Amino acid sequence: MRNNSMISIQNVNKTYDNLTALHDVSLDIKQGEFLALVGMSGGGKSTLLRLIAGLEKPTTGNIEIDNSDEKSLMRVMFQEDRLLPWMSVLDNLSFGSKNKNAQNHAKELLDLVELGDYADHFPNQLSGGQKQRVALARALMTNPKILLLDEPLGALDALTRRKMQDLILNICEKQNLTTILVTHDVEEAARMADRIVVMKESTNYYEEDCPKNRNAGQIGIVADRVLGEILEEKPLQIKTA
Amino acid sequence: MQKPMTLDATNKRSFKIPVEKFLPFLIPIIIVLGWQVSSSLGWLSSSVLPSPIAVFQDGIKLTQSGELPKNLSISLYRATVGLLIGGSVGFILGFINGMSKTCRLLFDSSIQMFRNIPHLALIPLIILWLGINESAKISLVAIGTMFPVYINTFHGISSVDPDLIEMGKSYELSKSQMFFKIIFPAALPQILVGIRYALGVMWTTLIVAETISASSGIGYMANNAEDFVDMETVILCIVVYAILGKISDLVAKSFESLLLDWQKTGRSNVQ
Repeated sequence: MRNNSMISIQNVNKTYDNLTALHDVSLDIKQGEFLALVGMSGGGKSTLLRLIAGLEKPTTGNIEIDNSDEKSLMRVMFQEDRLLPWMSVLDNLSFGSKNKNAQNHAKELLDLVELGDYADHFPNQLSGGQKQRVALARALMTNPKILLLDEPLGALDALTRRKMQDLILNICEKQNLTTILVTHDVEEAARMADRIVVMKESTNYYEEDCPKNRNAGQIGIVADRVLGEILEEKPLQIKTA
Repeated sequence: MQKPMTLDATNKRSFKIPVEKFLPFLIPIIIVLGWQVSSSLGWLSSSVLPSPIAVFQDGIKLTQSGELPKNLSISLYRATVGLLIGGSVGFILGFINGMSKTCRLLFDSSIQMFRNIPHLALIPLIILWLGINESAKISLVAIGTMFPVYINTFHGISSVDPDLIEMGKSYELSKSQMFFKIIFPAALPQILVGIRYALGVMWTTLIVAETISASSGIGYMANNAEDFVDMETVILCIVVYAILGKISDLVAKSFESLLLDWQKTGRSNVQ
């Protein structure tokens, strides 16, 4: 493990038949860091996240997760809520848990995502945003140290999306989670992440550190710069008097 | 904290429910009334179609003599045992072929070949093998009901949303947890469709089997009545089959309501 990283990705390659999905990706992610992976479709963002999650194995290279052989320290939240429609919201949260107090913990998490009154509802009684909040609560059930977010807000409307961004940021900060967010939305990345990694042509092409306590203007500047890197365009030069 | 908001539709429902409950019975009532009026006015000859009241009286007579309950119980026994055997075999085959690619490659092609043979075409062969005893009729029902359950179980299990399977894997579910918590509940609606279809096949098969080779049962009763040109009993047997079919369907629907109650819930709240 290099530089006290929580996740260390070393020279990872992933190929499917003749298709190269990832080429020589090396990346270190610190504990408590919020990292965003952005880029065009087919750039390898989701593949990298799936490899980190252990859902697939790299063709060559190595991914090390600090301080654990336990997968339960890491949870994934997908774009689709992937809730089990035949289970109530509460059961959806506690179904994978081995903890005896799972139901109580599930209720606490539902309160955290402001859905405490929906415990007995079925997923098809919830809106898209509510379902994603349940999915977030389920991801937090095992008290993970690492949260992997695979475009979890992609299908939500702008207002719900903004609320969810704030909720995720709040939870990640409070629980000091190491978080990796895959997103198409550069502004979302600029708003949420400590560091943005641009995935392009199957590798990590460019990195951008985001300032702490950024304001709307700084978010815009970071987003513009990152977008410029993705599209290979120079960022707009803002002339000041 | 968000509170669930529920649309209050109680007033509208209280008006609608009696109409909704009554509508399914409207056409059968009209048919029976029209039938009775036609018979009473002499438009329908009793040798062609006896009146509903005559059929009803025949039913009472045969119930009092014990003939109807005896034949009804033996038919129910054959139908139930046949369905249990056929349904179980269909479920097990559907399960193993749905879960295992090797089993699917090994068995599915052969099962599909046998499925395309009309099971009623096997009657001569089964009579030659098993005679006209209970096992022959039960075997026919079992063969007839096996395939709908097989096809639907197989399809239900093999078409479970791969995203849910992946989610289960990411939660490190064991194989049995994966089956009981994800695969089986996801396949259940399709399996129940198969069982409901099998119930229809069950009665059709039994009618044919009892008509051709039996010395008891509702089919035998109808066949025997035909020999004596006893039209009331022939019609009674047909009505009994219709009632049994409807009851089977209601039982299957009740199972669906019980096991799939989550499907009936819809969006009743807004964000």
